[in-house]
Amino acid sequence: MTEPFKPELVCPAGTPASLRTAVDAGADAIYCGFQGPTNARNFPGLNFTPEEMEQSARYAQDHGAKILAAINSFPTAGRTDIWKSAIDDAVRIGVDAIIVADIGMARYLHRDHPDQRIHLSVQAGASSPEAINYYCKHFDVKRVVLPRILTVAEIKQVHDAIPCEIEAFVFGNIGMMAEGRCALSSYATGISTNLDGACSAAHCVHYNEDEQGNMTTRLGEFAIDRYSRNESAGYPVICKGRYNSEHKTEYYAFEEPVSLNLTRLLPDLIKAGVTALKIEGRQRSRAYIRNVVSAFRQTVDAYAAGEDPDITDLLALTEGHRQNEGAFRSKTWK
Amino acid sequence: MTANTQNPGLVKSPAISKYLPPLPLLPLQPVLARIVKTIVRRQPGLFARLGPGTKKKFLIDPTNLPIVFLLEPDPQNPKLTAIDRRKDIERDVYIGGTFMTLLRMIDSQTDSDALFFSRDLKVSGDSEAMVALRNALDDMDSTLADDVAAAFGPLAKPMRSFLDSFNKIAESKS
Amino acid sequence: MQSKLSLGPVLFNWSPEQWRDFYFQVADEAPVDTVYIGEVICSKRAPLFEPVLEEVVTRLTEAGKQLIFSTLSETASAVDRRLVERTASADEFFIEANDASALEYLEGKPHAIGPHINTFNEESLEFFAENGAKIISLSPEIPKQGIKELAGFAEKLDIELEVQIYGRMGLALSARCYSARAHNRTKDTCQFICDKDLDGMVIETMEGRPFLAINGIQTMSYSCLNLAGEISELQNMGIPRYRISPHSIGTIETCKTFRDLLDGKTSPEKAVEEMKQNTIDAPFSNGFYHDKSGYDWQQA
Repeated sequence: MTEPFKPELVCPAGTPASLRTAVDAGADAIYCGFQGPTNARNFPGLNFTPEEMEQSARYAQDHGAKILAAINSFPTAGRTDIWKSAIDDAVRIGVDAIIVADIGMARYLHRDHPDQRIHLSVQAGASSPEAINYYCKHFDVKRVVLPRILTVAEIKQVHDAIPCEIEAFVFGNIGMMAEGRCALSSYATGISTNLDGACSAAHCVHYNEDEQGNMTTRLGEFAIDRYSRNESAGYPVICKGRYNSEHKTEYYAFEEPVSLNLTRLLPDLIKAGVTALKIEGRQRSRAYIRNVVSAFRQTVDAYAAGEDPDITDLLALTEGHRQNEGAFRSKTWK
Repeated sequence: MTANTQNPGLVKSPAISKYLPPLPLLPLQPVLARIVKTIVRRQPGLFARLGPGTKKKFLIDPTNLPIVFLLEPDPQNPKLTAIDRRKDIERDVYIGGTFMTLLRMIDSQTDSDALFFSRDLKVSGDSEAMVALRNALDDMDSTLADDVAAAFGPLAKPMRSFLDSFNKIAESKS
Repeated sequence: MQSKLSLGPVLFNWSPEQWRDFYFQVADEAPVDTVYIGEVICSKRAPLFEPVLEEVVTRLTEAGKQLIFSTLSETASAVDRRLVERTASADEFFIEANDASALEYLEGKPHAIGPHINTFNEESLEFFAENGAKIISLSPEIPKQGIKELAGFAEKLDIELEVQIYGRMGLALSARCYSARAHNRTKDTCQFICDKDLDGMVIETMEGRPFLAINGIQTMSYSCLNLAGEISELQNMGIPRYRISPHSIGTIETCKTFRDLLDGKTSPEKAVEEMKQNTIDAPFSNGFYHDKSGYDWQQA
């Protein structure tokens, strides 16, 4: 394989208008979810009705783009019907793949719709070849979305040991905790990331600004960060907040409010065997999608053409206006 | 969540409000009413996305203008009212930023999360309603300019210059 | 059928001596049926306990405890993968899988599914049962209704469900070590700094409210789960197994108290009062069970 491989650019959409924006900006595939708890971005006003999903699928497919339905949260017993009917709807609509996380829902999908292409969500937390192979063997998974915890070298090792494609996050909000197994938000609010699809559910988030312009972000009863007047803010999530311990005060105990940006590592990722590059942000606006997708489209095309792309500065769109390469470059991040 | 009138961000524009005479807001009301009715007609999906947010009061504060807007997106009786910023206004959600910031956000020209991260956009109150409004607006295919044009037909051009004049006031204050 | 009491694996980085002595005391005094051992949090810690592992296994076995070896909860590096392989393919032992990496090695032989693997619904339950699972420990995040529904299915599938009833709750896992980070170190240069915190390192909000506890790559609740008031309800649902997660203070006594509760020999109120006198410095919570915030405490 000496020819430069051109990876698939997988882009987010939280609304039909965002989806059309992503398609028009050059996305190869768009991932999106149904309204309600079946997907991991269950926020007010976001996501698709089955009718909208169907129209959006036609729009994407008519324009040569794929549509991937994210049904990637975890139903508790007694609620599985909601997830199963979302899966049935997605199959009926003819989406190109369904992204699942729950092992029970993977089983249902593979059993009842054996011809449907399955992608394993990052929420499944399959980080080792052994775990990925297990899912491939039982559910014929065609692609795994890797957790954002592996270095490029580790991704290469995974690639060489598994039968399916790899999709890797290259831009957006970097998850600090193992996806699909984080109950921090649930501990503070009672609304679960895993079971309800909402990390830091909107109605539990409160911003208070004092007379001096200092802003406190509160999740439920807990103050998770405080920004001085001109300090950039971040997402209202526990893993990006500042806390005190006996050793340090007002420090980012988990991670600073930075965004992942792997633009510079794209050639290495492609060499490591990554088939699809994923942009995070189904909760973001059309403006974000238009800017990020166009920038990545140009960059990927330039690399594929053997050119050294002019790396567009995406800094303004990043959380806290800062970016890093997370775990991908080296282990010193861990 | 109960509505309240406390608003640290609101009356804190004394530089503007201190020297102003009572504002002649009356001529503005029918114009706003017409814009809103047109948006309702052209964007029926808006309310479905808003969900419970349709029952909320959104205070939209162009911080460099002498007035603020109260949006009540009830599908039965949607209202957008211009109010003198010196008044106490009952609201569930507060959204503040310069006129241009707000306009660019409503027209999906800039990313509201980015505006929030950079602190150009200030928000408080009912976060659920706020997020729903943001997402509902973001799903509108046409821009506010399109809707203004649709609302006023041949009068659209004078309306645009009317909006532009607001912009000029805003720019001179910022 | 008598309710079974289990002791989950020690999740903290205790010294090998403390670790050994703790399990000796468990063997001698704790009225538990099952004891889980093994390093679940960090592959770097595993070799520390190896010199004393054999004595501990012998002592627990001689005391008549059912021994289950728990695998690592997160697998990323080559070292992690080797540890999972070595634990999970030890054929002479009953194994608890805590990450999908271990499942491949356990297929077709009787094993347990740990609380770090999501078993939230009947489809998952059936899948694990088909592949040899006999015991499934549930995530503490599952509310009452979810447990109740699962209990109905588990009985038909010949699966024994286990519910954590005591101890700090594991809330999240990460690739990054937060104990090391608090000391300006990284996971690679940690020098095992997590051994300073026998029950986790408490972090509080900027307003001074204790919030979470850090245990290496794991983030735990600050509050200590206590389902004393919910025991009889769980028994009525048909839950056969109850799991206590060990702490450096009061664990043996807590096992005794819960044994009495399970046998109907004490009341929840009395049990909670007793446990309050002999536990880590943190409030009790049972919010997840009641479909509320995890830190919430509903008085029995």
